[in-house]
Amino acid sequence: MAWQQPMDGSHASGSKVAAADGPGTQRTQYPYVTGTSVIALKYKDGVIMACDTGASYGSTLRYKSVERIKAVGKHSLIGASGEFSDFQEILRYLDELTLSDHMWDDGNSLGPKEVHSYLTRVMYNRRNKFDPLWNSLILGGVKKGPKGEEKYLGMVNMIGTHFEENHIATGFGNHLAIPILRAEWREDMTFEEAVKLVEKCLLVLLYRDRSSINKFQIAKITTEGATIYPPYSLKTNWGFAAFENPSKGAVGSW
Amino acid sequence: MFRNQYDTDVTTWSPAGRLFQVEYAMEAVKQGSACVGLRSRTHAVLAAANKAASELSSHQRKVFRVADHAGVALAGLTADGRVLSRFLRSECINHAFVYDAPLPVSRLALRLADKAQVCTQRSWKRPYGVGLLVAGLDESGAHLYYNCPSGNYFEYQAFAIGSRSQAAKTFLERRFEGYNDYTPDQLIRDALSAIKETLQGEKLTSSNCTVAIVGRKDDGTVEPFESIDGKKIQEIIDSMEAAEEAPPPPAAAPAAGAGAAESSSMQEEDKGTDAVPMDI
Repeated sequence: MAWQQPMDGSHASGSKVAAADGPGTQRTQYPYVTGTSVIALKYKDGVIMACDTGASYGSTLRYKSVERIKAVGKHSLIGASGEFSDFQEILRYLDELTLSDHMWDDGNSLGPKEVHSYLTRVMYNRRNKFDPLWNSLILGGVKKGPKGEEKYLGMVNMIGTHFEENHIATGFGNHLAIPILRAEWREDMTFEEAVKLVEKCLLVLLYRDRSSINKFQIAKITTEGATIYPPYSLKTNWGFAAFENPSKGAVGSW
Repeated sequence: MFRNQYDTDVTTWSPAGRLFQVEYAMEAVKQGSACVGLRSRTHAVLAAANKAASELSSHQRKVFRVADHAGVALAGLTADGRVLSRFLRSECINHAFVYDAPLPVSRLALRLADKAQVCTQRSWKRPYGVGLLVAGLDESGAHLYYNCPSGNYFEYQAFAIGSRSQAAKTFLERRFEGYNDYTPDQLIRDALSAIKETLQGEKLTSSNCTVAIVGRKDDGTVEPFESIDGKKIQEIIDSMEAAEEAPPPPAAAPAAGAGAAESSSMQEEDKGTDAVPMDI
């Protein structure tokens, strides 16, 4: 899904004016290497998140072993779609944050809510400078609050829109996975039930999203910590009658 | 302390390795009217003796709420204290804006201490002439810190600053070991008793003291930092006086010494020494 400049040049002039690097310079206007959908949902023990391990270069499926879900601190997971280099930059910011938080060693630690709020500030401020981090981020985690363990799942995107929900998806996942999640998500699913639901969504995305590849990673975050499982593939079924002899009824002139 | 040739500038060391201007700033704290702070595992209480310039005027405000989860009591140049309270409030608000969470008290105390340190190392500045007792609540429980004009800060189970604070400290030293398990009500009573010690015979009433409390109840809900209403304080004072026929409730025996033996939090153990920790 290449993002193109509006034909009337209205977008370009705005950012040229705002750029601090000097007259005639421009900040990133469109992404180059992108990841596709990420989906996540709350379940009994915490939050489960999944995505494929691909990164596209325009319409080319260029990289096939990319990890788009990472652990943040002790209590959270972050998953990203969009420009992969911007995700790497975000991970660097989060690294600094979590490191200084850890060095305090004072019994306090950054929970998923704090990380989500921090990222929202970063994304929104970058957008206001016409220099966005071209990502949709999903932040999930579990942290013990004064009222017991609290599961958290939220998202923030490149324009700073943010919200919390029981199930979240980015990119194509919004159109293909969310309807399934809305119909079938329940409170307190077991891990196995949650994985089944996630795989159902991933399979639909694999069939219908041309930027997805058949190599997925599932991750979970519970009070015990974060676990990112090794990549694996889903079984697909292409044995439909209509796919055999595809050119059988075709009209051709050569 | 006497005047000497090394005390004009804050940026001049004495041959003995002292910064006299900083020490003079700490003297200003000792001249202010008394404040005490004490804490249990879940609650922290601050109390201040109110001093009015004359019978005609209102008393100086010494207890400030810094955020829902934290507040300060100060002694010394209250104008400096007001400015620092504004700084603390601003730090808490900025943190809450970015992280949607309360600024942990230890980190708040550190920022205040770093700000105070700057004034001890610039020739065109002077140290803040106010000592602050910072009380607050965070994930790891209730905390009490004392921030000094020198830029040092320590965590305390209980502490007192200002004029005649030694009397309050002596009182607290005898009882602090049980504080971790005190109820909020017991903490308030001990705070009032400590302030009473600093009044040296003058009668303790709700008009010459201020008490504030912050804490977390057993069910997890937070009681935000708030000054206790004067009427309620008078009731507590009256009931304390009524109970004075019998000796005050004995401090709870230290539970396996765990409460008193916490590593960095028990500065109140200089029993019998004259040097106050902050003088270093």
